[in-house]
Amino acid sequence: MSEPRKSAEPVSRRGFLGIATAGMTGVMLAPGVELIEVAAARTPDQAVGPQVRWGMLIDSTKCASGCTDCVTACNTENGLSGGSAETDSQWIRKIDLKDLRTGRAWSLPMMCQHCAEPPCVDVCPTGASFKRADGIVLVDKHTCIGCRYCVMACPYKARSFVHETLHDQKPDVPRGKGTVEGCTLCVHRIDRDQQPACVQACSDAGHGAIVFGDLNNPDSEISRRVAAHGARQVREDLRLNTGVRYLGL
Amino acid sequence: MALTALRRALWSLAVVLAAWGLAFGAGAAPEQPASTSRVPKPLVETGKGDKCVEDTQFMRRNHMKLLKHQRDETVHRGIRTAQHSLKGCIDCHASRKTGSVAASNENFCQTCHSYAAVTIDCFECHASKPAPGTQQSRAPSRATTREIVAVIQATP
Repeated sequence: MSEPRKSAEPVSRRGFLGIATAGMTGVMLAPGVELIEVAAARTPDQAVGPQVRWGMLIDSTKCASGCTDCVTACNTENGLSGGSAETDSQWIRKIDLKDLRTGRAWSLPMMCQHCAEPPCVDVCPTGASFKRADGIVLVDKHTCIGCRYCVMACPYKARSFVHETLHDQKPDVPRGKGTVEGCTLCVHRIDRDQQPACVQACSDAGHGAIVFGDLNNPDSEISRRVAAHGARQVREDLRLNTGVRYLGL
Repeated sequence: MALTALRRALWSLAVVLAAWGLAFGAGAAPEQPASTSRVPKPLVETGKGDKCVEDTQFMRRNHMKLLKHQRDETVHRGIRTAQHSLKGCIDCHASRKTGSVAASNENFCQTCHSYAAVTIDCFECHASKPAPGTQQSRAPSRATTREIVAVIQATP
């Protein structure tokens, strides 16, 4: 048996000290600064990596029936019409549920669940539907041919097809006729260390029903709450390992 | 004899090149090119910045390659450097009149593309105008954690 080579060590002692120091720095400047931001800290020229997995935790007990601030914020941020015609794109919608026997009612937003095993990616014939390394499921509209297999495959009805020529799109959110689209988790905002528009709107409305953060970081607020309260996934039976989790369902 | 013919050919080439340069290198305001030809030449509006991110000749030939490369980097890997981004191009090259790079045939992208009869598909989906208040949004509104960490690390 030969001696294991130095370079084969996963983390050298010196490297570990460096990482530890960086971690300590992050923690020490933490007052008022959330840890998720430290996890997100990445310069614009750095590629996203699988060390982060973005997710959302939706507390249906805090979500107010009749409030549609998240939907409005999504429409404004992404330049959606907000119309209710069958051909209008819908990236997020409010759902009201009621147990007929007990009369208990729930209200919750439903959107792309950003699955770890996304069926939309499985069925896409061109590779346009893809999952980014940090867990965000997106459509590369440069490659999308508008076949709509993903629309049919998604168990959450989260994808929309653009039927008409569009005008005045947002510079950060290109959208066009003949392609499929859905919630991007406001990827353009995440890439500049901001929260998705719906999360911001919910917090601004005083409900705070949506927590956004890194599911891979055990110290993030979302991970702590998921662990403490046993958040559920919608259609857990499909074993898609969704990035959007729900409380109180 | 042969040398004279070659010299004459070179001179005519130089004249043609100079006319071409005048046509493309129009000043701050678009002017009529000094060509007497009936064929219209593209009138390139100049952008806001001092100079382009790359050499003009290089950009004329390769802008589509840079944009295509950057688009894949951004969509799939989340790399959002401004150097070769379409948004960066638009922010700088938007027309002072229409506020767009493709709203009319005089606007930056459209002027050459209509001349060369090459359709631009970019603006079927992408906005051809900078976001309102682009200048303001560039200014840092608050220090991000990244900036704070950078400052701390830079401090001895």
